[in-house]
Amino acid sequence: MQIKSPDFKKNARIALQDVGLQKALGNLKAGFPVKRSIAVDRMPEFEDLRDEARDLKNHILGNLDIYLEQFESKVIENGGHVHWCRTAEDAQKKILEICQEVDAKTVTKGKSMVSEEINLNEYLEANGVQPIETDLGEYILQLREDHPSHIIAPAIHLNLEDVSEAFHKHHKRPKSDDPAVLMQEAREMLRKKFVAADVGITGANFCVAETGSTIIVTNEGNGDLTQTLPKTHIVVTSIEKVVPTLEDMTLFLRLLARSATGQEFTVYNTLSTGPRREGDQDGPENFHVVLVDNGRSEMVGTEFQDMLRCIRCSACMNHCPVYGSVGGHAYGWVYPGPMGSVLTPQMIGIEKGGNLPNASTFCGKCESVCPVRIPLPKLMRHWRENEFEKHLTPSAARYGLAGWAFFAKRPTMYRMLSKTSNWFLRTMAGKKGKISKLPLAGGWTDFRDMPAPSGKTFMQQWKEGQR
Amino acid sequence: MPNAEHHPRVGLFVTCLADMFRPSVAFATVRLLEQAGCIVEVPEAQTCCGQPAYNSGDKKTTQEIARQTIAAFEGFDYVVGPSGSCIGMLHYYVDLFEAGDSWKQRAEDLKARAFEITSFLIDVVGFDKISASFEGSVTYHDSCSGLRQLGVKQQPRTLLGKVENLELKEMEEAETCCGFGGTFCVKYPDISNRMVSNKTEYISNSGARTLVGGDLGCLLNMAGKLKREGKEVEARHVVEILAGMCDEPAIGEADYDLAKQL
Ligand code: SF4
Repeated sequence: MQIKSPDFKKNARIALQDVGLQKALGNLKAGFPVKRSIAVDRMPEFEDLRDEARDLKNHILGNLDIYLEQFESKVIENGGHVHWCRTAEDAQKKILEICQEVDAKTVTKGKSMVSEEINLNEYLEANGVQPIETDLGEYILQLREDHPSHIIAPAIHLNLEDVSEAFHKHHKRPKSDDPAVLMQEAREMLRKKFVAADVGITGANFCVAETGSTIIVTNEGNGDLTQTLPKTHIVVTSIEKVVPTLEDMTLFLRLLARSATGQEFTVYNTLSTGPRREGDQDGPENFHVVLVDNGRSEMVGTEFQDMLRCIRCSACMNHCPVYGSVGGHAYGWVYPGPMGSVLTPQMIGIEKGGNLPNASTFCGKCESVCPVRIPLPKLMRHWRENEFEKHLTPSAARYGLAGWAFFAKRPTMYRMLSKTSNWFLRTMAGKKGKISKLPLAGGWTDFRDMPAPSGKTFMQQWKEGQR
Repeated sequence: MPNAEHHPRVGLFVTCLADMFRPSVAFATVRLLEQAGCIVEVPEAQTCCGQPAYNSGDKKTTQEIARQTIAAFEGFDYVVGPSGSCIGMLHYYVDLFEAGDSWKQRAEDLKARAFEITSFLIDVVGFDKISASFEGSVTYHDSCSGLRQLGVKQQPRTLLGKVENLELKEMEEAETCCGFGGTFCVKYPDISNRMVSNKTEYISNSGARTLVGGDLGCLLNMAGKLKREGKEVEARHVVEILAGMCDEPAIGEADYDLAKQL
């Protein structure tokens, strides 16, 4: 996927004018957050579970090597394979290699953001393996040659009309705008592909160290067919997904479903524990887990470690007023919203991702809903500090800040600056009480009036003995 | 703490925006504090809380401003200001210094004494004898830092409930950010504009005649948008109403030549 994060401002401007997108975003706002809040209200222990989940994740991150090795040895014990991939390229190559070993022509895929992160589809296609997305949203995006704009509802930026259009074009059937008909159409199309696929690739929401199991949670059941029908099942996931025990996993599942969609439990919770055993009715003959690092281990022990607690529930973006205004594509890479604003700079570099942690008012809504209590605004601020130290902050902002700081550190001079600015603004306003156009402040006055100061500064008046 | 029981000595954290844009907000804060039995002083050595530097990633400047502010307010029983955002910044000072640095302890000490005005009145001194009257309906916007960092939610509403004739009409999404965000509003003006437009719609849908809030940054943003859209809603800081100091035209209004003011 091409990185478009440096164009965030431009992307955002276009998104704000996109009528279809704005309509879709309106639906999002009225959906997930409302459902989450109902689900949370119904669970009195929700806040305690958040604390527990945060603490458990911190414990895991402090012992990541131990749990990952335990997970690996269990997978092997179960007859599966584990592949450690430091970079996205390593992971691409490994997955292609496994596909080529079994001479795969087509692979079905369950929804996986890690596969987006490593740009898997393009890579496989370029090397003669056809990936087929089986999650309905992902399937629609694949038809439209589009990318996810949300981590759990990948096609949230689209409206029914867009889907109907895409199906009509690719399925060559009469156009319909009945969701039930469209769903049936997708089912029919996909069923054949499930049966024909040589390899099934899924992600994993969690990897359980004590059993060597991976789990995916879906609401469509497509993941089950993806992983049980083909001869080979590849799980592509990342190192921070490991949890010690099945019981620990259930703690996260309870939080995940409620935080994400407001469900008490996701419809399908599918565990994979090694390949098919003697006497099993079904299941793959080969089971591979591709463990992707891609910059994560570098975050351990740094100020960004907290980000590795993320369970990809999407609550932060569902509640984010910036995401809600511009949608996911504006962020210009795989992970959007607050979590993406922290993660993306780590993965593509702060030089390219710098806009994202800056495009926040630090309103704190994301942190207030994050099930594992990630201090997202604080982490975004750390990126700004990182940018500032590397002299990446735009020079106008830098000089402006330095000029202001000179005064802010000198109370007497600061008083003079306030007095002068106050006088200037009052002069500009005259009798109106507001200013409609202010030089150098177009960012403000293009869209709103600038209320004028209502008199001399407080400090002046206080000194003059006013009360 | 000498005097703390009966007449706490309070250092007023004026805030840049109250100082420069709306002195009446600082005067109203002083009046409320005095009504609550406090002795109020305004330390000369204060400037800005340092938030512009902090949120721009300039930690060194933030530390310098933090030290200056900490020193300026040492010795007061309490530090009170008419802004959740600026007081919230004072609370963040503890994160700026390493453990073992004596400034960290001093920052902790400041944090324990620093309060947003409505929270100070209710939570610290238990004062709610508001003697003000306000004709008409108001709607209250919960500014982000006050709400999520300092837990300011009920306090202003409790106090507004004591104002004679005032009717509170809650808006939808009162807790959603207005899009101000300090430098955010000029760095990302298009997004900020969308956020404030959403907000003004909720405000006017509430049917209230006056928008009330606890942070001037947000209020200037929303008032500016309401004015630009030609909406008939006026905006005021909550302390102006609580202190009965609404003679002054609302934010962004004037009935005299400001250039000649005073
Ligand atoms: S950062 Fe928190 S809220 Fe956002 S996706 Fe991750 S776990 Fe969910």
